[in-house]
Amino acid sequence: MNNVIVYCELDEGKIAEVSFELLTKGRSLANQLNCKLDALLIGSNLKGFEKEIFPFGVDTLYIADDKRLSPYSTLPHSSVVVNLFKEITPQICLMGATTIGRDLGPRVSSALKSGLTADCTELEIGDHEDKKLKKVYKDLLYQIRPAFGGNIIATIINPDCRPQMATVREGVMKKAIVDENYKGKLVNLDINKYLDETAFVVKIIERHIESSKVNIKNSPVIVAGGFGVGSSDNFRQLFHLASILGGEVGASRAAVDAGYVEHERQIGQTGITVRPKLYIACGISGQIQHLAGMLESSIVISINSDPNAPINKIANYVIVGKVEDVIPKMIRYYKENVK
Amino acid sequence: MKSFQIVVLAKQVPDTRNVGKDAMKADGTVNRAALPAIFNPEDLHALEQALRIKDQFPGSTITLLTMGPVRAAEILKEGFYRGADDGILLTDRAFAGSDTLATSYALSCAIRKIKDVDIIVCGRQAIDGDTAQVGPQVAEKLGIPQITYAEEIVSLTKDKIQVKRRLERGVEIVEAAFPVLITVNSSAPHCRPRNAKRLMKYKHASTISKRQESEEDYLSTANHSYLTIKEWSVNDIECDHEQLGLGGSPTKVKKVDNIVFQSKESRRIEDFDDDINALMKELITSHIIG
Ligand SMILES: Cc1cc2nc3c(=O)[nH]c(=O)nc-3n(C[C@H](O)[C@H](O)[C@H](O)COP(=O)(O)OP(=O)(O)OC[C@H]3O[C@@H](n4cnc5c(N)ncnc54)[C@H](O)[C@@H]3O)c2cc1C
Ligand SMILES: Nc1ncnc2c1ncn2[C@@H]1O[C@H](COP(=O)(O)O)[C@@H](O)[C@H]1O
Repeated sequence: MNNVIVYCELDEGKIAEVSFELLTKGRSLANQLNCKLDALLIGSNLKGFEKEIFPFGVDTLYIADDKRLSPYSTLPHSSVVVNLFKEITPQICLMGATTIGRDLGPRVSSALKSGLTADCTELEIGDHEDKKLKKVYKDLLYQIRPAFGGNIIATIINPDCRPQMATVREGVMKKAIVDENYKGKLVNLDINKYLDETAFVVKIIERHIESSKVNIKNSPVIVAGGFGVGSSDNFRQLFHLASILGGEVGASRAAVDAGYVEHERQIGQTGITVRPKLYIACGISGQIQHLAGMLESSIVISINSDPNAPINKIANYVIVGKVEDVIPKMIRYYKENVK
Repeated sequence: MKSFQIVVLAKQVPDTRNVGKDAMKADGTVNRAALPAIFNPEDLHALEQALRIKDQFPGSTITLLTMGPVRAAEILKEGFYRGADDGILLTDRAFAGSDTLATSYALSCAIRKIKDVDIIVCGRQAIDGDTAQVGPQVAEKLGIPQITYAEEIVSLTKDKIQVKRRLERGVEIVEAAFPVLITVNSSAPHCRPRNAKRLMKYKHASTISKRQESEEDYLSTANHSYLTIKEWSVNDIECDHEQLGLGGSPTKVKKVDNIVFQSKESRRIEDFDDDINALMKELITSHIIG
């Protein structure tokens, strides 16, 4: 009881990457708190998924398996989550900051009257002293997130209400298997006990979901373009460089907003978080919100016509020049030097 | 012909595109007075959806509801200019310091008081917090279904609504009966501009609190009730005071920090063939690429 629980999300029949990342974080929080890590998977045809989930150090996996629970819909899923949480009273619940997690999380938090913090970038365990009440709270979840458009970082706590709920974007936490043979317990929930019959008032009429085309997050090399690239035509050079380096193309929000590339490639606070071996920032000024998504890159090269662009401060190599002049040279000399 | 009672939830937000730490008070809450305030962008998209419902069912009424300080009545006026029929400012010291849950609770109590609401439309998220929580939480408090990430109302009849939702990598069309709450994405159409006639009509609309500050205004508008923006306090809604404001908020801000980046020692390279050649060689020999 009072464990850490992760809501595992299904993304077109597969467990979402963000859920694995949260299980990894959840395991480390549970270790610190000396409690167990639970997971909850809701959908249909769920046999076999336990083999993917237990290796992350999950002690108990709750499964709600029913035809009517797939695809995701707010009310059926929130009904299962709320009823289960009332019974097992977790102290912490983590969800992905995805279209599903951000639809489900607030609904659940409202029903349980517990606090929820969206889009956390760090989660830690710590104490809190309320000076007015002269009360010390032990082992709270510090929910750390950018606030006010990313200009500051706020630490949020929920002293009194449980569970302490947080959503986290994909890529922010790292995924790591604890033990391939980790022994967890599987609990198949009796649907009728958890599912309110009134939960099916919203009908899904149609769905078109495309499978993800780009896999920037796991790419060792990222060539990212900003507003300074100038056009989607110019972006082709970036694609060329990325392909010969075995990498992917990313972008700043300004480049996405200008329509140079698709939103899926956006890196930063409201995009994805990446940590490649090499990040080549082309015509990106380096505002806080962009840096938030790439600061953990091992090597950063900045190509910018402005020698004082903020991104240059965090770059290992700064090439002062125009993207359209520099990239062809990089392509040429890479080809000449590589065997 | 059917008419709908529509409530649009809108928030006045500080423009977060240019703020620093001075905008935060010592207790970690926002010092709104120090910042330019705007109509939360996605709430304008929400208003447009409401107006489209009214275009189709002209007898419908649109009530704009906002919770905030007295100054937030500015966005109600903006809403009148663009076509809202009524506006309510929910304002009271008791609401100060509300997190999303306490905000949702107060808003849901106000919606209950408006009565017989069929459709609640709100923005997906407010740019001051980027939480996207208030919509779903209001729906839960009212015990009604929610449709999030709405981009378009694809069909509307007297007893059903079909909405296209924009998901991460696709779309979904869902159908619900009334009452229902819809949160609208920025990918939905922009709000229509101000209407010149309405601008004239509502130019002098204001709240009583505001008017008391200037005698003259007070007298000149006394005859037109539509020029008085409704103000509701805690006493106007039926609610449990424990669930309001800072005290009713499960989340607390423990602290806020400025963001500091560790500068790196960077090497400057000019855009010459030799320099770039040397750089590529170095990256290859150190196995970063190749
Ligand atoms: C709440 C919020 C969330 C946000 N989330 C994100 C996010 O997730 N990701 C993100 O990226 N941004 C985000 N932003 C936006 C962010 O603040 C910046 O506006 C954005 O990152 C700027 O993109 P940019 O660097 O491409 O464009 P600009 O700031 O316009 O910079 C263009 C750069 O290109 C250089 N340049 C111009 N021409 C050339 C040339 N020919 N060759 C070389 N260099 C050239 C210029 O010197 C300049 O440095 C967010 C903002 C807010 C308020
Ligand atoms: N104080 C408020 N008054 C009215 N509507 C609000 C308020 N706060 C939030 N909302 C509505 O809820 C949406 C989501 O807000 P948030 O959860 O703060 O991102 C907004 O786009 C508004 O439509």
